[in-house]
Amino acid sequence: MPLKQAITGAEAIAYAMKQINPDVVAAYPITPQTPVVEYFAKYVADGVVDTEMIPVESEHSAMSAVVGAAAAGARAFTATAAVGLALMHEVVYIAASLRLPIVMAVANRALSGPINIHCDHSDAMAERDSGWIQLWAENVQEAYDFTVMAYRIAEHPDVRLPVMVNFDGFIISHSVEVVETLDDEVVKKFVGKPIKMYSLLDTSKPVTYGPLDLYDYYFEHKRQQIEAMKHVPKVFKQVAEEFAKISGRKYDLVDEYMADDAEYIMIALGSTAGTIKHTINELRKEGKKVGLVKPWMFRPFPKEEYQRILNGRKAVVVLDRSVSFGAEAPLYETIKSALYEVAVRPQLGSYVYGLGGRDITPNHIRQAFEDAFKGYLIVDEEKYLGLRE
Amino acid sequence: MAELKGWKDLPIGGLIIEPGNAKVYKTGTWRVMRPIYQAENCIHCMQCWLYCPDQAIVVEIVDGKPKMRGYNYYYCKGCGLCANVCPKSIDPKTKQPAPEEKRAIIMKPETDFAEE
Repeated sequence: MPLKQAITGAEAIAYAMKQINPDVVAAYPITPQTPVVEYFAKYVADGVVDTEMIPVESEHSAMSAVVGAAAAGARAFTATAAVGLALMHEVVYIAASLRLPIVMAVANRALSGPINIHCDHSDAMAERDSGWIQLWAENVQEAYDFTVMAYRIAEHPDVRLPVMVNFDGFIISHSVEVVETLDDEVVKKFVGKPIKMYSLLDTSKPVTYGPLDLYDYYFEHKRQQIEAMKHVPKVFKQVAEEFAKISGRKYDLVDEYMADDAEYIMIALGSTAGTIKHTINELRKEGKKVGLVKPWMFRPFPKEEYQRILNGRKAVVVLDRSVSFGAEAPLYETIKSALYEVAVRPQLGSYVYGLGGRDITPNHIRQAFEDAFKGYLIVDEEKYLGLRE
Repeated sequence: MAELKGWKDLPIGGLIIEPGNAKVYKTGTWRVMRPIYQAENCIHCMQCWLYCPDQAIVVEIVDGKPKMRGYNYYYCKGCGLCANVCPKSIDPKTKQPAPEEKRAIIMKPETDFAEE
């Protein structure tokens, strides 16, 4: 029977990993990720999992250790945040390039400097071109569910790519919510045995990982990664469908909230979507036709879905919790470029909010929607919510 | 040069799934200088074979003895070590570089063969 528990996002992810019982976990503590591996370390110490836990000396080593483990044929997991993810950066690319089905939970936190430990999305956005699949959770439940689903996507023979489960630092990682967890046996059966390919420890089929790859073949290997990404949406949908059967919760590439008849659509990643849903409920009572489109998957970016959903709307307001200095914010830029070819382009507006954990309130969201109602959106101008002038 | 495969025909991730496949990796296109074998001057001492850092020296065993039979240009990178260690590259009397027609190995710029 599914169990209702009041737990934090960090605990929920650790709980999912306990149920998955991975072969190797290598991690280095960093706020606000630390409780994920703290909770998991307790499972290791109590002997409820068989996992080999490697306390490493840095995040660069953590990712290197899980790369080695995954290449050997192990199911490997790590978790990090912010500058920890930045320190991994070199090996983050290698994990994807070597096509290793690693799963990593990222408690999204602002990149330094000046140093800041609170939520924004600059850490994950800096890795958006690394070749990892990026899933984005809105709450503790989604963080748990995506962790359960992640290996099924990563290990699929048509994919073979690592998966990053993003969950907002502190807002999700440290907030207690009531979540429904599945039975250990149900998760175990759903995740199944690892689908191994090219394991280093399979000595009957020797394989070399990471040889020099110059101008004669590197390009072809990148093309293979591009192709693997194209397979992800289909595989995600299959896995989501199976997951719905065991959980009753149905995931898709995008989460649409009150979007069917909405003239004004807001788009945002992560926990802010919850605040937007609340604000939409209020605005609906006032007769405003507003809705939310939340990317559950940001990489690969399922462009066609957005073209289908957003074509012909009056306005689309995109909220970004990170910036691209000297260019448009990452989510906005992606949406804007997707809409280039649609038949009836909506008005577009870009709002940056919440950097370094700055609070975002229903009033901010209302303000952005009202700009859209009044036709104040300017396609080429970035605006800011909750910033002092 | 060996035929290069397209992305659909390669193992993923740059993995090498056949051991010992350096043999099929032809590196001869790196060559700037090409060694030319002049069999009539060769004493088959095998110094070239001993010093060659790749698999470029073709050897045939005749009556249990090794015979130099020229170059495998798929592997020769033109380093010139063979010509350098070849005893026929030096005139025994003058201890100076031997004239080209007396040597067993001479190095020619690859551009001389550009049309091949």
